[in-house]
Amino acid sequence: MSPGVEGEELDVLDSQERVRFEQLVLPHLDAAFNLARWILRGRNDAEDVAQEAMLRALRFFRGFHGGDVRAWLLQIVRNSCYTWLEKNRPMELSTEFDEELYPQPGVTPESLAIAGDNRERLTRALEGLPPRSREVLVLRELEGCSYKEIAAITSMPIGTVMSALARARQRLERALTQASAARNQEANREL
Amino acid sequence: MSCELTQSVLDGYLDGELDAARSADFERHLISCPQCASALEKQEALRTSIQQAGLYERAPSTLRRKIESQYGVARAVTPMPVKVGVLPSSWRWLAVAAAFFLALFFGWRFLPGLGANRAQIELTSAIVDAHLRSLQPGHLEDVVSTDQHTVKPWFDGKINFAPPVHDFAGDGFPLEGGRLDVVEGREVAVLVYGRRKHVINVFVWPMDEPDTSPQSGSQLGYNWVCWRRAGMELYAVSDVSPTDLDALRKRLSE
Repeated sequence: MSPGVEGEELDVLDSQERVRFEQLVLPHLDAAFNLARWILRGRNDAEDVAQEAMLRALRFFRGFHGGDVRAWLLQIVRNSCYTWLEKNRPMELSTEFDEELYPQPGVTPESLAIAGDNRERLTRALEGLPPRSREVLVLRELEGCSYKEIAAITSMPIGTVMSALARARQRLERALTQASAARNQEANREL
Repeated sequence: MSCELTQSVLDGYLDGELDAARSADFERHLISCPQCASALEKQEALRTSIQQAGLYERAPSTLRRKIESQYGVARAVTPMPVKVGVLPSSWRWLAVAAAFFLALFFGWRFLPGLGANRAQIELTSAIVDAHLRSLQPGHLEDVVSTDQHTVKPWFDGKINFAPPVHDFAGDGFPLEGGRLDVVEGREVAVLVYGRRKHVINVFVWPMDEPDTSPQSGSQLGYNWVCWRRAGMELYAVSDVSPTDLDALRKRLSE
């Protein structure tokens, strides 16, 4: 076997890039999917968008010169998610400032109240939050990101991350409290 | 929740993001502020319940497979840096050079007569990739056994050929297990051997062509040797020395 020099070199370069990508980026595929799933509120859409984001990551990978690879990837995933939302469900982004008036569709205290278990209740409550509250909670509580990492992923200053988290937690707590109030009401009516 | 401190510091404290001094200040404050204490308690309970609810959703295996199969696509598109327009001129030349090599690469690929080599290189890349993948935690073996009489029947019914399964523990190549893998879209059997602390993957699939003498080489620091024998093509890959690898090849060919 005596492969030509040019072919060989290019091939090895490619393989090295690929191996580096496989070793550095692919292990964060779960993180990528999880973030997309929560921003988009659905597994099917998340699968499509995460796939697109991974491909984008592969294209930009040469421009990645070390640092926090998870934050780098999640930033790409997040941007892909918002681009997708703008195109497919712009309402979800525009109701941002009016979420008291227009909660995320399909999520009401009543629907939370009848949710079967803790997991379902929390899932619905989280999905009821505006996307920007949801994403900081997911990054912090599910992904275990530091404020610094969240700041890098969301392009927000660290101080803003802290207040966004505080607001998101209050909203989540309120949603759950309303849910249990509704549940109690329901229980009383049945008595 | 109405204490001013609650609004601004509680989350930082909860997340362990306050420096030591501010953290200590807040702890002192907690003693005298029932509002903050109760808010903190609530938030901690909420966090516990989020973490216990198992809300993390892992990527489905279909997604993983799709991404792996896309490498080829991305590779063809990748080599250009983005936004050529803003690059300094030396980079622009590099881009031109890259385009040139890319053209050469594809030209090479489809030139008649050289195709066989090309295919061999790609196969080697795929095999080395599969070897690397197998080294990720939990990917090495589907059936873990040092007993060839356990490993051999395990392949029955999973693939339509019978790979040669032998244990060479006496010669310093203990059989550690086996698994199925897919290389270039073809289902292959993989025998896993140990060599001191190292792993040797032997990829096996059926092949109609006549026996060949072994070919060997190295890629990305991994040595490989491949040969055809008795209707099977075998590819051994490892970070052990070429001599060790060839020693295993000889035993497998006996």
